[in-house]
Amino acid sequence: MNRIPMERKVLSENDRIAAELRDTYERNGTLCVNFISAPGSGKTALLERTLAGYDPGRRVAVLSGDIQTDNDARRLARYGFPVRQIATGGTCHLDARMVQSALEGWPLESLDILFVENVGNLVCPTSYDLGERARVVVLSVTEGEDKPLKYPATFYRADLMVLNKIDLLPYVPFDATLAHENARRVNPRIEIVNLSCTTGEGFHEWDRWLEAQRAPTVAVG
Amino acid sequence: MHEIGIASSILDAVRHESDLRQGARVVKVGLRVGELAAVDPESLRFCFGALVTGTDLEPLTLDLEFHPRRNRCRRCGELFRVSEFPVTCPRCQSAETEFAGGDELEFAYMEIEET
Repeated sequence: MNRIPMERKVLSENDRIAAELRDTYERNGTLCVNFISAPGSGKTALLERTLAGYDPGRRVAVLSGDIQTDNDARRLARYGFPVRQIATGGTCHLDARMVQSALEGWPLESLDILFVENVGNLVCPTSYDLGERARVVVLSVTEGEDKPLKYPATFYRADLMVLNKIDLLPYVPFDATLAHENARRVNPRIEIVNLSCTTGEGFHEWDRWLEAQRAPTVAVG
Repeated sequence: MHEIGIASSILDAVRHESDLRQGARVVKVGLRVGELAAVDPESLRFCFGALVTGTDLEPLTLDLEFHPRRNRCRRCGELFRVSEFPVTCPRCQSAETEFAGGDELEFAYMEIEET
């Protein structure tokens, strides 16, 4: 019996494709953002309100992943920007290959922003790099404040937590400060934006965060 | 839920390794799985077994090494397991600690048998 030591990631094939995608995005100056959340936290609503606020000439597109249906793509297509649906047919997450196939024939050089809406699931999408520059996790106030502690891997890998549905705070026993604390315990670097897709509160901060990702600057000092 | 995909990636690597070595077969594969890898070990074992059973890969066993989430203290350098929040260094009680591992999902080894 011969034991060979190995130093290789299990998902190295996914990571290889993700690295190709990342190269392509960087070369074309496209900011790719990967949205992860539980089902119903408001990823699609966040994208709808974001697209609704853009000028028609804005160079933006959406890839939307779901297990079945093209409902989200149809919701998002109303805003006039290119939208493609990835129906995974049972798979609980998007992987880099699905994104690569879905992007075939799309002129990335004409896109400043590509939003990728992952399958609603707070566990499985975490392990799959899609080549994105930024990862956003959406949590809503109708869920538990302890979700960052229950799903640390997801919150640990996110750059931003969007705390959604804050217009409902008066009606639900949700402690937003505690939710922030929990997210920062798991990931001290995570940035947080509170917003409501119904009232539009917080969208200024959200837009500002997105703009900051488009032009990443080297930290001074 | 995604463990079937991970099990399938493991078997792709096993086949690749076997193809590289004529007259040898992989009989055991060792994996490092971190606490933050978002992988359920029981589910992964189940999926692995389901994909191997009845194929030419049999007998092939899976050995999972669990790797807890670790932080390192920026002040005293202590490496410790993170088991509660907020995270403080168990040696010097400093709160200034940084991530030092626990998100592994990688091959540790493969055991090869000459045939």
